[in-house]
Amino acid sequence: MESILKISNVEKYYGSKSSLTKAIDNISFEVDKGEFVAIMGASGSGKTTLLNCISTIDRVTTGHIFVGSLDITKLKGNDLNKFRREELGFIFQDFNLLDTLTAYENIALALSIQNVPAKEIEARIRKVAKELDIEDVLKKYPYQMSGGQKQRVASARAIITNPKLVLADEPTGALDSKSAKMLLECFTYLNKELSATILMVTHDAFTASYATRVIFIKDGKIFNELHKGDDSRKEFFDKIIDVVTLLGGDLNDAL
Amino acid sequence: MLFKLSIKNIARSIKDYAIYFFTLILGVGIFYIFNAIESQTVMMNVSSSTYEIIDLMNNMLSGVSVFVAFVLGFLIIYANRFLMKRRNKEFGIYLTLGMSKRKISLILFFETLIIGCISLVVGLVLGTLLSQVMSLFVANMFEAKMTEFTFVFSKSAFIKTLVYFGVMYILVMIFNTYNVSRCKLIDLFNASKKSEKIKLKNPWLSGIVFIISLWALGYAYWCVTVGVTDMQTADKILIPIALGAISTFFIFWSLSGLLLKILSSIKNVYYKGLNSFTLRQFSSKINTTVFSMTIICLMLFFTICILASAISIRNSMTSNLKTMAPVDIQLDKKLDLPANSGYSEGIIEDSKITVGETLARLGFDTDKYFKDTVEFNLYASNDILVRDTLGDSYQEIAKQFPYLDYDMAETFIKVSDYNKLAELYGLEPIHLNSHEYVIIADFDSWINIRNQGLKQDVKITINGITLHPKYAECVNGFVYMSSSHVNTGIFVVPDNVLENFVREEGILVANYKAETDEEKQEIEDMIIDLGNSTYAKNTDLEATTKLSLYEGSIGLGAMITFIGLYLGIVFLIASAAILALKELSESTDNQERFQMLRKIGTDEDMLNKALFRQIAIFFMFPLILAIIHSIFGIKFCAYLLETFGKDELVKSIIVTAFVIVFIYGGYFLITYLCSKNIIKERY
Repeated sequence: MESILKISNVEKYYGSKSSLTKAIDNISFEVDKGEFVAIMGASGSGKTTLLNCISTIDRVTTGHIFVGSLDITKLKGNDLNKFRREELGFIFQDFNLLDTLTAYENIALALSIQNVPAKEIEARIRKVAKELDIEDVLKKYPYQMSGGQKQRVASARAIITNPKLVLADEPTGALDSKSAKMLLECFTYLNKELSATILMVTHDAFTASYATRVIFIKDGKIFNELHKGDDSRKEFFDKIIDVVTLLGGDLNDAL
Repeated sequence: MLFKLSIKNIARSIKDYAIYFFTLILGVGIFYIFNAIESQTVMMNVSSSTYEIIDLMNNMLSGVSVFVAFVLGFLIIYANRFLMKRRNKEFGIYLTLGMSKRKISLILFFETLIIGCISLVVGLVLGTLLSQVMSLFVANMFEAKMTEFTFVFSKSAFIKTLVYFGVMYILVMIFNTYNVSRCKLIDLFNASKKSEKIKLKNPWLSGIVFIISLWALGYAYWCVTVGVTDMQTADKILIPIALGAISTFFIFWSLSGLLLKILSSIKNVYYKGLNSFTLRQFSSKINTTVFSMTIICLMLFFTICILASAISIRNSMTSNLKTMAPVDIQLDKKLDLPANSGYSEGIIEDSKITVGETLARLGFDTDKYFKDTVEFNLYASNDILVRDTLGDSYQEIAKQFPYLDYDMAETFIKVSDYNKLAELYGLEPIHLNSHEYVIIADFDSWINIRNQGLKQDVKITINGITLHPKYAECVNGFVYMSSSHVNTGIFVVPDNVLENFVREEGILVANYKAETDEEKQEIEDMIIDLGNSTYAKNTDLEATTKLSLYEGSIGLGAMITFIGLYLGIVFLIASAAILALKELSESTDNQERFQMLRKIGTDEDMLNKALFRQIAIFFMFPLILAIIHSIFGIKFCAYLLETFGKDELVKSIIVTAFVIVFIYGGYFLITYLCSKNIIKERY
């Protein structure tokens, strides 16, 4: 399989020499094309830092990150922006939609900053809106939508540019369980039918169980890795719970 | 401890405060500069009549200062409110930490105190320095000679500035305390999270409102230009002003919805780059800022009109004088006063003799001091009134201008007398055949009225002789020296017609027999001294001199210029500062939005361009409408001030434009740079 994302020996330190915090401590893994990978870990385990490094919002201290054949740790300035808008799609926990724009305009923005002609924008939005079942809300403003709708609009914005990799940071964090389930089914659809490669960060075992592979992180290191294989979602969920228990109790910070 | 916190707060948010600070310093400086003019004029070497005008100017400046203080006070409280809004979260944290509201008020009190003190000190230092430059300008305006440069510090202006701004700052403190005592913790925390509801306007309604507003505005424009002659009384001007203000509001209101609707339907433009974002930024805010935009637009409009008119009046007054006061002195007195006219017996007796004879009785040797002397009479009788000279147009004109006096007796002059005068004044001589007359005038609206009568070939009969007009319009000319065009019309008729007619006034014009300015001033002083002569109470002889006209005109021109500049600049600063603060206070929201755009991969250039456009639109929108208003406003001002002449309008508009570009443009640039700094990437 073709490797979309290759993380090799990435380290990220915070603080000064006297009080050094290793947010990421020598992590390496690869994500293949068409995979749906979840990264699980407790608060402070370094999973969001890792995602920020992949999305070039943050910089690594050492190590390299390749997207396709491009070493993104070497990118600077407007090349970074170009990489972000052309190769990546983003889905954030708090949606990050522009409150002044309608759903349609929010999605269009991802294309218009790539100078895609207006005619093509229209066609592409219609198509993705149908797939994500958000045709009814296209004319609405974020404050008029439910959380689930907002997140699906955000997903539409993330995938409309046909990115190599979709990054999702706690996408279900601000959703109720029903909306969360709908969104995750959307992700599965995107992954299976449109063969989108998704890398998702979460601390929720239920959310993670929709992925095809789960990587567990603890204190900045890879702790374990699970493949779904031919398991049903329920069986996979049980396996994840087992690892979570091994990790040290409930991941939801109850410890 | 609280004091320390205040200092830290200011130091930390100095960038956010920059424009507020800058405005305060500018306000203090300008307030000082204009109030310090008084002490500068004291130092100047000018004549006594100029002093009177200067005195009047200083009184008016201090009156205007009260008004300016209100404008600045309003601005400071408004600005302060914006800054407080930004800090809701901070206050929320203080409250949750258990700090009492009284203590938060105290923190704000110290902050206002520190900012107030610093701005006063810096503003006063700046004001004192700039007022030295201003003193050169003042001396230049009054055409006084600056023998040497003296450093002037005005104690009274200093104290006045301290008191006025002190009161303003105390008001701000009271306002802050009130605000803090009222706020609720939950609101403070949620303030940033509240997403603004976007009320989209019905495009049809917007369209209709827009068209109605345009129509109303057009009508208001029409009133002050074409229909200006209908404006007989002062209160009539209120209608176009009110119409203009209201339609300004509704134009902004409807345009915000309409522009978005139109532009968003042009898909190729709307979905290009960040255009949709910029446009939405603009329209989402204009919903909440229509009112302030209207105020700013109107303030800019007043600024432009005040500046342009004030400078133009001053310039035309000086240029008028060269033609309007062609000789050194004009003496006039009433002649042939009837016995029961209410004057004293002595004056009635004196009215039987000419100006020259009166001067002789006053003990003044005209041959010794005057040259180029021309003496003549003006004639008038109640047989020929203004109404009689307008012919059939009278009814219509009277309806149009009901406030004019149509029962005034017309004034006549012999053509030979006028031609002697015209030669001295440098006017065109008039050649009349018998049975012809000509009207000389230089007051534009009166010329228009009289031309209507002349066009109908209205005949007048004097001493049994019937005359008809030589030309179908008035001839430009005047008899009395004055600083502006006030000749409403004098009839020039053949000499024989006025034989034995009623004399109205005797006039003597002459130049001084003197070479230098000093010698002229000596003769002038002698004339003024005549008023102390024993015979003086028995005559109503009046003198108009070139020197006195000149001084009065310079003084008046300078006064108008200073007051215009003062008001104009303060208005300009106030409106620019409000816009700038509004824009900056929203930058926290913008910061999040721009950060988001950055996350999805927008280029920095694109972001900066979007920010620039967003701010530019906000600054340009009110300015453009204000400029359109001003085109008509200045026309109206020119009409009102037509006696002053309007030749210098172009020059004054250029000066005005320069002032606006400098101040308004400066605020725009600072706002852009500050906003750019705020939305900068922060990891």
